[in-house]
Amino acid sequence: MNALNSLIDGFGTALTPINLLWAAVGVLLGTAIGVLPGIGPAMAVALLLPVTYGLDPTGAFIMFAGIYYGAMFGGSTTSILLNTPGETAAVVAAIEGHPMAKSGRGAQALAAAAIGHFAGGLIGTILLVALAPTVADLAVGIGAPDYFAIMVLAFIAVTSVLGSSRIRGLASLLIGLTIGLVGLDQMTGQQRLTFGTLQLADGIDVVIVAVGLFAIGEALWIAAHLRRTTGDAIPVGRPWLGRSELRRSWKPWLRGPVIGFPFGAIPAGGAEIPTFLSYVTEKRLSRHKNEFGKGAVEGVAGPESAASASAAGTLVSMLTLGLPTTAVAAVMLAAFQQYGIQPGPLLFEREPDLVWGLIASLFVGMVLLLALNLPLAPVWAKLLRIPRPYLYAGILFFAAVGAYAVGGEAFDLVILLVIGLIGFGMRRYGLPVLPAVIGVILGPAAEQQLRRALQISDGSVTGLVNTPFSVTVYVIVALLLAWPLLKKLLPGRRTETADSGQPEE
Amino acid sequence: MRLRTPSALLGAAVLVLAGPPLITSGSGADTGTQIPGLRLMVPNSPGGGYDITARTAAKDAEDAGLTHNIEVFNLPGAGGTVGLTRLVGEHGNGKLAMSMGLGVVGAARSNHSPKTLADTTPIARLTEEPDVVVVAEDSPYKDIKQLIEAWKEKPGKVPAGGGSSPGGPDHMATMLTARAADIKPKDVNYIPYDGGGELLASILGNKVAFGVSGVGEYLDQIKSGELRLLAVTGPERVKGLDAPTLQESGYDVHFTNWRGIVAPPGLSDAQRTKLTGLVRKLRDSPEWQESMAKNRWDDAFLTGDRFGDFLAEEDGRVVSVLKELGL
Repeated sequence: MNALNSLIDGFGTALTPINLLWAAVGVLLGTAIGVLPGIGPAMAVALLLPVTYGLDPTGAFIMFAGIYYGAMFGGSTTSILLNTPGETAAVVAAIEGHPMAKSGRGAQALAAAAIGHFAGGLIGTILLVALAPTVADLAVGIGAPDYFAIMVLAFIAVTSVLGSSRIRGLASLLIGLTIGLVGLDQMTGQQRLTFGTLQLADGIDVVIVAVGLFAIGEALWIAAHLRRTTGDAIPVGRPWLGRSELRRSWKPWLRGPVIGFPFGAIPAGGAEIPTFLSYVTEKRLSRHKNEFGKGAVEGVAGPESAASASAAGTLVSMLTLGLPTTAVAAVMLAAFQQYGIQPGPLLFEREPDLVWGLIASLFVGMVLLLALNLPLAPVWAKLLRIPRPYLYAGILFFAAVGAYAVGGEAFDLVILLVIGLIGFGMRRYGLPVLPAVIGVILGPAAEQQLRRALQISDGSVTGLVNTPFSVTVYVIVALLLAWPLLKKLLPGRRTETADSGQPEE
Repeated sequence: MRLRTPSALLGAAVLVLAGPPLITSGSGADTGTQIPGLRLMVPNSPGGGYDITARTAAKDAEDAGLTHNIEVFNLPGAGGTVGLTRLVGEHGNGKLAMSMGLGVVGAARSNHSPKTLADTTPIARLTEEPDVVVVAEDSPYKDIKQLIEAWKEKPGKVPAGGGSSPGGPDHMATMLTARAADIKPKDVNYIPYDGGGELLASILGNKVAFGVSGVGEYLDQIKSGELRLLAVTGPERVKGLDAPTLQESGYDVHFTNWRGIVAPPGLSDAQRTKLTGLVRKLRDSPEWQESMAKNRWDDAFLTGDRFGDFLAEEDGRVVSVLKELGL
């Protein structure tokens, strides 16, 4: 076991007091950054880059990895408590987490998320150690047709989170797809829906859309109704996970990494799609389907675990191929180059101390993060004790700060408000908000992969199904679509569980 | 408790936002190059190429004692066009400069921006880097001639990948190569990727027939043999790499991706001289020389009107390619 020995050496590097300090600074900063909407881990690492020039590279990268993992932990906190996702991977945490918080189970949701991140990060990092070279080779084999197939699968999966009314869900999805169209077409340079405004040429940042629809929309809605309801604070409830919640959460915690890790490792995978897929999987597998949408703990545990595991997957491609699959990885890659280190096929041979120290520090960071976040969960949950008028004023403030931080442009605040008004209107007419956010994330990605696949095959439609991977995914999609029909044709086998899966009106 | 948590949040926000500028503030002796309150705009997001150039330049200038506290800030949008528009709007402001490069020239044109680099005061070109033409280890193309012959025969079936969108550097390099090989730019099947990193996966997996991107992106993959380097686009071979230039292979291409600094229009001669003097001293400093070596940037120092003429030439080249493509 060569890798195991190297890893033990790595712990030797990671556990020196100074490197432990950098790991602690990293996870603290990362948690703070994740909590604030708008300032993603990528921007944080980029801004801190000049500060770390004086450090040795190992210390700097241990800190950066701490920021990355810490931001994943922190992102779900505001999602759950305030319905304001700190970053895109945490959008799903709001669906089940926020209803849990509203019904006084905020601390449990936070704990489920924290343990989920811990499990995901831990399993993901173990997979990183065990599978790095193999996964990296497979990641390269995945091309545009395969991505498009995954996107189709994700779109099909989305229909199950459309809410009680399919029509309203689809309307919301279309709103999202339309917002996603805004900006310069990457393939031809054509402007779409920009109305000649340069500020719209890059499209509207997903964080602004998510914060606008969720937080601003919610705050306006509450403000419009506060007079009729009570202005009382939300109950906080008891702080720890109960036995039944643990029983419901442990399987999602373990399933999350299986979905999240591969997505992190492939280029253009990212953390968003696996969180959606994990959510849908948990919803299908759960025995408490009727609780979904109202605060099912599985819907927090699974996606959060997937999000952290995808962060570990990202490091696989970056370290072994020099291939950045997310914005954070791209910035870290630039940081490596600043130190004169080129991540890539030769990194493990050239800089074993750095690489294995970094990997070992990931384990250390996970433990630090769990130790930091579990006791903090009840503390954070007490935020909800603030009377609602003040609480929502605070949410509006942080939402505005976050939107401004994305690009440093006052224009973004105008967009935020407009999207907030759309969010308000959607609530008024009973449109669910989540499909819109998914549309903004998936729409442009799906379009790009489809066009890229067709371009590579020089316009031939067979280019979409010419890989075994894409064919497999389409078969799964076909089975998913045909499943309700098949179930009717095969009578007599446990139809009662199937019935409880129908969304109730 | 009610107070503590929000204040902790606020504290974290202050730490994150204000930390780096506070820590990087250094001091230096007065050498006559001081421009108090100088701000350097980066027209793309933190971590990008112009950002690294700007932050490195600011730090080296401070370390070399040329000036105090250059504030680097990001104003991303539309490939640099948003920043360019802002810069042109700061008429006569001698305390502002912008880190930029070939990408901004292209973005201003492909975005049909009313403001172009002709509206700015050129200060200096700093660095350059050639693009490379690479294929996967197991690609059928063994040398550049073979690749271009196949490309000429069926341009549509030989997809080319680049790390930038139309109008960007890799797109320009690909189109100029096509033009030199008598392939109509309109026939080229160019597939844009979001940077050299994303492109790498598609080259290694043979999804595109060949890739065109900056040499710095792929040095390690070339050395380990995972990528085969067929040609470089610059006027000279790259030291340590065994590949011909396109020119010596018979294709008249001279392309490098350069970076430099421009200032707002309407500067007085004194302001312009002062800014150019600072950049010249920076370029001659051992700190900057070391940073260039570390980042593998090639020196391409060119100042004043000669840089202005160069900008106009590059702009003309971008316009001619985009026109042929009907963009």
